[in-house]
Amino acid sequence: MTTTRQKAPVLVVIELKGGLDFMNTVIPYQSGVIRDARPNVSLPIEDALPINDELAWHPAAKALNALYDAGDVAVVQGVGWENSSRSHFRAMDIWHTCEPDVIATEGWLAKVTREFDPGSANPLTAVSFGRGLPRALAASGVTVTSIANLDQFGLMTKVEVEEERTKDLDSFKRMYTPGVGSGIVQDYLAQTGRSVLKSADMLADVPSRYSSGIEYAPNSIAQALRDVVRVHTADLGTRIFYTQHPGYDLHANESVTQPQLLTQLTEAIADFMDDLRGQDASQEVTVLVFSEFGRRIKDNGSGTDHGSAGGAYLIGDGVAGGLYGAYPSIEPKDWLNGEDLRPTIDFRSVYSSLLDQWMGIDPTAIVGGAFEQITPYAGKVGTPR
Amino acid sequence: MADDRIDLMAHLMRRVGVGANRDELEQLIERPYEEVVEELLHPGALSDPDQDLLDRYLPTSTSPEVPTGWASRWIYNLANGPRPLREKMALFWHHVFATGYFKSSHARTSVAQIALFRENGLGNMRQILRDLSRDPAMIDWLDNSKNHAKAVNENYGRELLELFSMGIGSYTEDDVKAAARAFTGWTFTQPIPIYPYSTSDADFAFDEADHDSEEKTFLGQTVVDGDDVIDVIVKQDACARFICRHLYNFFVADEPQVPSWNATPPRNPDAIDVLVSTFVESDGDIRQVMRTLLNANFFKAARFRRVKSPVEFVGGAIKLAGVPPVPNLSVARLSRAAMLMGQELMNPPSVEGWHTGQEWLDSGTLTERVNFAVEQMTDTARPGIASIVRRVAAAGDATPEQLVDRCLDLCGPIMASPKTRATLIERAEEHGSLSCSNSPTQETEARIGQMLRLIVAAPEYQFA
Repeated sequence: MTTTRQKAPVLVVIELKGGLDFMNTVIPYQSGVIRDARPNVSLPIEDALPINDELAWHPAAKALNALYDAGDVAVVQGVGWENSSRSHFRAMDIWHTCEPDVIATEGWLAKVTREFDPGSANPLTAVSFGRGLPRALAASGVTVTSIANLDQFGLMTKVEVEEERTKDLDSFKRMYTPGVGSGIVQDYLAQTGRSVLKSADMLADVPSRYSSGIEYAPNSIAQALRDVVRVHTADLGTRIFYTQHPGYDLHANESVTQPQLLTQLTEAIADFMDDLRGQDASQEVTVLVFSEFGRRIKDNGSGTDHGSAGGAYLIGDGVAGGLYGAYPSIEPKDWLNGEDLRPTIDFRSVYSSLLDQWMGIDPTAIVGGAFEQITPYAGKVGTPR
Repeated sequence: MADDRIDLMAHLMRRVGVGANRDELEQLIERPYEEVVEELLHPGALSDPDQDLLDRYLPTSTSPEVPTGWASRWIYNLANGPRPLREKMALFWHHVFATGYFKSSHARTSVAQIALFRENGLGNMRQILRDLSRDPAMIDWLDNSKNHAKAVNENYGRELLELFSMGIGSYTEDDVKAAARAFTGWTFTQPIPIYPYSTSDADFAFDEADHDSEEKTFLGQTVVDGDDVIDVIVKQDACARFICRHLYNFFVADEPQVPSWNATPPRNPDAIDVLVSTFVESDGDIRQVMRTLLNANFFKAARFRRVKSPVEFVGGAIKLAGVPPVPNLSVARLSRAAMLMGQELMNPPSVEGWHTGQEWLDSGTLTERVNFAVEQMTDTARPGIASIVRRVAAAGDATPEQLVDRCLDLCGPIMASPKTRATLIERAEEHGSLSCSNSPTQETEARIGQMLRLIVAAPEYQFA
């Protein structure tokens, strides 16, 4: 590791559900091939925000472009894996479990959580905001806190007499004691119930401790990232945050909907970074943005169908910004199966680099093998903060 | 102490709906089990007064823009209506054919789609898929209106095979392309508008000029249009297995998550085989498959083998506390409660639908579930609770053990673990034995209320 940090490194994962069109985010904007292949989703050349002579950001990603120009964004190009799946289900499962060939039940981030907190001493080591717990954070014996509403997190809150409530919570604790031989689901439930009691105690005063001048937009991704800052700055030992931004499965109306989503997403990330910096809590944080796959090279008249290679984005003060991996060849002779971008870097390479160089743990067991690494944390170039 | 006939009937009613109260169960067991099943399988025979009542008392639940109010009515009907299995089949198909409203911002089509499942949810698989493929909400959701002869959009073609009928591994990428081509030109009139939120219906339309009428090879057979594709699908063993496994997962016992099905065998392969043979023999008649399922010993034995979905949890809790005879504003909040537990009706997380079973439960959703159920138990004047209080009191004076056992019985019957039962008894012992007179006192009510709120907070209450 090249950066010296006082606080333990923290990872914030943003999952874009549905398959973000990488080619329409980091766009080969000068390519005639691309303009011919996707006339219905391509932008006017002059609107794009150039990165270099070949590539440009989609204008709706303006806020991310600004962070990129400041040297805080690493774009990993052509991310995928061999024989990738066009099924949302399978592709997302593979990202979550690092198992492309078999069905696995342990999520990669759950394994990371186990590494940091083997005895599940802190239920807030990994925190997910939103509905449902992603597979990436699920593994037996690993306790993760999932928060639907940070401002009202706690049990038996409708029991008004405080003395009764205290007794009820004690009864709850006893009923949720894991028992020998009671079954896997029952054990998991008991463990979950107990962790709620503990995390609710820890989170009780988080909302009142947070104040910030940043006004986040009233959309789900912005509010989730605000919640990340609130919990992170409360210093409760959280190492992994997870949240999702849905809606990227744009088989239709891509040129209308994708800009809306990219604007929401990238402005939320910019506000998030500003907020963290304002609270002197940005140095230890890296954001990973990913989606289950990229989209087909040719458009379908209105949107794009499921494809193969996509992109991943690492964002943070510790990130050495720039382009990583190689942009997949857009020459028709190189198209995978005659219609897709061919992956140039395995998604497990991204995970491995992040785990090894940022989180400081051995990635081999977590991603299931040794994968070539990129170096997004080596030699940060740009304005020191 | 539970009567096994009551226990079995309670199990049946939890699965075909969200459960029944004790008065209902006592009536139901007067008839043979098979007869009750038959009546459930023929919901058309019962009258349906609920819509008028809901229109009258919850006029705001009919927004043309968002289906939240409609979703609340659905949960209310599931808990309170005379035809639970009809509502439950609609919920089943909604799980499988997960369609969201937010893309169209046109609640009317989403509501119409659910009405379709409600009407024909026990029909023939072929007809169900034909209706689905012509349903404007689905056509819009998976972009089939953008699936043109000269610009094929694979979205519907792919998900029809992967998510709606056969599962991954039972077709090739070429089959996806052929299926997509077969559905070109299947669109709808009255384009679903974004603004203003229309109160008009959308109707299916076939645009012949936009249809690729060439012959295609799909799963080795020659097809031309979407109905041909559906005919081929319904004859596949993969379709029978996929749908029967879905039914098993939804009505009998939790299975592993759907995406693992092509690699993970069913937990009870014999049970799936039984359902599959009914499916094949009846040419895909869902009513027949459900008849086999509900009468099977593997079904009767599968008590508390499923984690309740949020909709089942919310519906079950209000059923236990007592559904208001005329709907009030609390009814309008039901869909939001389920949403906070991870299931927003008519707005699934994606076309993949919801992950079920254990994945319903995490620290966030467990918190919402426990708090919602406990809140339902705090008002002992509610009819369901008042009825439990009367029944407990009518059984006479009770030791702490008797109080706990009576409450557990009337809440299900619920089979509590020794740990849960001991915890409840310890709380009951704080106030000693309960002396019951003919008219329950406030103390009796409070003590029973305390028991009920602990019972719905217990781990056992998470299972159906």
